[in-house]
Amino acid sequence: MPQAVSVSLKRTPLYALHVSMGAKMVDFGGWEMPVQYSGLVEEHHAVRKAVGLFDVSHMGEIEIRGPEAERLVDYVSTNAASRLRTGQAQYSGLLYEHGGFVDDILVHKVADENFFLCVNASNQEKDFEHIRDANHVDAEVQFASDSYAQIAVQGPLALRTLQKLASVDLSAIAYYWFKDGAVSAAPARMARTGYTGEDGFEIYVEPAESPRIWNEILEAGREFGIKPCGLGARNTLRLEAKMALYGHEIHASITPLEADLAWMVKLDKSEFIGRAALVKQKEQGVRRKLVGFEMRGRGIGRDGYEVRLDGVPAGWVTSGSPAPTLNKNIGLCYLPASEARPGRKIEVMVRNQPVEAETVATPFYKRAKTA
Amino acid sequence: MTYPEELRYTKEHEWVLAEGDVGTVGITWHAQKELGDIVYVDLPKPGTRVEQGKSLGSVESVKAVSDIYSPVSGEVIETNETLSQSPEKLNEDPHGAAWLVKIRMSAPDEMKGLLAAAAYQTYVGAET
Repeated sequence: MPQAVSVSLKRTPLYALHVSMGAKMVDFGGWEMPVQYSGLVEEHHAVRKAVGLFDVSHMGEIEIRGPEAERLVDYVSTNAASRLRTGQAQYSGLLYEHGGFVDDILVHKVADENFFLCVNASNQEKDFEHIRDANHVDAEVQFASDSYAQIAVQGPLALRTLQKLASVDLSAIAYYWFKDGAVSAAPARMARTGYTGEDGFEIYVEPAESPRIWNEILEAGREFGIKPCGLGARNTLRLEAKMALYGHEIHASITPLEADLAWMVKLDKSEFIGRAALVKQKEQGVRRKLVGFEMRGRGIGRDGYEVRLDGVPAGWVTSGSPAPTLNKNIGLCYLPASEARPGRKIEVMVRNQPVEAETVATPFYKRAKTA
Repeated sequence: MTYPEELRYTKEHEWVLAEGDVGTVGITWHAQKELGDIVYVDLPKPGTRVEQGKSLGSVESVKAVSDIYSPVSGEVIETNETLSQSPEKLNEDPHGAAWLVKIRMSAPDEMKGLLAAAAYQTYVGAET
């Protein structure tokens, strides 16, 4: 059984609301966060079929400003910040020189001399120091996590829900674009991004306004059956969509090429930290690679479980769970690159017993495109 | 939640109901609530000898796997077959229809060391 929550954990501005609404709170990387409200599976389905609301205020924000801002962002991240247009966002990686991940991040171009980074909660101080230490061009790097609460509204009815409260036409914001305006008459950055595999928005608001905004979104979504969701559903949703989770699929010993994230690396742009290591790895060939699997036997391959090929230890599971949308037990694992293709029979060691599984194409779930 | 008076409880959130030398064992309402949506239940085969405080099997929810510890020592004489087909019953009726195993107790005195309903209730605190 999980341990009781200790008192030294950090809390978001929505903490009191979660408790009053009966959420089950857990320690998530030093933060006391809701893991579920009504029930993980119910919340998962609400996001796939209607709309769900997540408090992700534990995520960190870093602002980079000044004439040299773009140069610094391009130097510390793998994707090409220089190719962003104002109002556009991109998924990117912060790497060490050896090519392993410091973190995975979202880069938003607010203006020519203003970039807004959303980073993982447990990495935010480390990311800030990493960027500051790499700042040889005199850009202004500001740790801004205390200035923002972040709320994710996700699901096919997210737009209709949030539109009732938003000052801008949300349908005019394309996927991975954002606009500044107001939600419930409070300043808000509205980004059409998410971590669920559904359409939706992530909004950045003033912490003091966030409880009121949270309640107004719940009210706005009531007619659609909106549900407040915890981190449990967030995890099953992102896994079905095969989105990486820091500490699982990616960490300091894993490169983007191994993690099947080559698309977020632009080797043809200007110099960036980790580039040389990736170029070398590409030349020599990637030795291990992330691949999806489905359990065939009875059991669930969980994070850290050993994976065997023909009885021989060959890799490990990074994430695994029942997939509520698919009614299957799915997971991601690292295997030798030569074997990391769909259709390979594997065995996952579930509590010391080999259980049959098979590698499959990913993502496991892809939403039907509308319009 | 009101915990049934006739059961005895462990701090690991199992319960046992003694009838003669046979103890029926399950997990508590608190345990199923902590676990969330249960998807697998692994239980020992009849004939398996189990010891108090040692692993009796495991319960797996969407989120995680948890060990079940035997509240008493003895021999497993029956397992609840319905749970292999319908593990979600553990979320619905953990103190009743979703019992896990019946154990022929080798040391029924072990029951004396378990918690009564009121003590267990206090241990888990107020619940909705």
